[in-house]
Amino acid sequence: MEHIEFDYPNAQRCITNRAHVGVVGSGDMEVLFEPSEGAGAHVSITSSVNGFRDAWKAVFDRFFSKFDGSVRIQVNDAGATPGSVLLRLEQAVEALGK
Amino acid sequence: MIETNAIPAFVNRGSFIELNGRERAQALFDKGSWRELVGPFDRMVSPWLPMQGVAPEFDDGCIVIKGKISGKPAVAISLEGAFQGGSIGEVSGAKMVAALDLATIDSRDGKPTAAILLLETGGVRLQEANLGLAAIAEVIASILELRQHAPVITVIAGTVGCFGGMALAAGVSSYVVMTREARLGLNGPEVIEQESGKDEFDASDRALIWSIHGGEQRAGMGLADDLVEDSVDGIASAVQQFVRAGKPAQHRSEQVELYRRRIATLDASSQIDPLALREQWKSLNSKGRTQ
Repeated sequence: MEHIEFDYPNAQRCITNRAHVGVVGSGDMEVLFEPSEGAGAHVSITSSVNGFRDAWKAVFDRFFSKFDGSVRIQVNDAGATPGSVLLRLEQAVEALGK
Repeated sequence: MIETNAIPAFVNRGSFIELNGRERAQALFDKGSWRELVGPFDRMVSPWLPMQGVAPEFDDGCIVIKGKISGKPAVAISLEGAFQGGSIGEVSGAKMVAALDLATIDSRDGKPTAAILLLETGGVRLQEANLGLAAIAEVIASILELRQHAPVITVIAGTVGCFGGMALAAGVSSYVVMTREARLGLNGPEVIEQESGKDEFDASDRALIWSIHGGEQRAGMGLADDLVEDSVDGIASAVQQFVRAGKPAQHRSEQVELYRRRIATLDASSQIDPLALREQWKSLNSKGRTQ
């Protein structure tokens, strides 16, 4: 198991909602989006699969190149592929808007 | 272009099995009447899984939703089959027990509250062995308490099925609803094969497994009260029907004499096949007399 954290200080847009999507099933993950306590966005990942820090970083860099919400993101992962991760994140953004 | 009427009904039906544990529970309630208790944002996670290198889930795979079904108070407890095989650990077990006990308190106070257990589970979570076992004992005790006041309805939709200690919980509940895809059994096929050998039970023979553990056989034997198609509407209406019916006059697990007699009268001189077992059990009615 690996614990990974990232900060995206430039994500400043105020978010008031929260969202939860996904299940920690094989090849999948769950993610919580909540309003950030400080300024900027903070990402915290707990993954059952070790050694993919760079892949996580690439996915979140890409995600935050479009998304600018000041959120706290928490992920529990059971081996989701980068594609699934991005889809779950986009689904969570959609759920935030509801 | 495909015409709408050319699409068979099963394509357009809303599948229940394809929903996750949370969506399944939500689908049972009257619209807008429900709320989730101890949800993922409360982060009641298993402290034991991370110690063993396993990522936890924020709801520990147990979703509790309170609301109204057919206008009557009800609580649904749904196990997420995709997370650790729907297994029962310390936290998920405690959530289940607390929900059942609160339903009992409300029922005693004159507000009968039905419990719906959506069981997709292999039983005790091995990583939390003893705590999981203790949780199963508590769950069963709480069901026995609640069922005196309000119905406890178990739904096994599939495809994980319901095995191990949670099969006992299904056994003591007031009503059991199953689909053809669902399975119910104490020991799972792999466990039986491992303990008694492939000659006894071939866990790779799916037809054999479903002919014994499957929903059709369980309903045929009278161990499930309703066999429904996999659809949101079908399962929701089966649950509504049992919520309205209230608690049964006598629970299945109280009919000790009947089941003793059924087992005693089985002709074991030749291999009993699943269909013959249904017929033999049916021939003994609930008064224990041969028809």
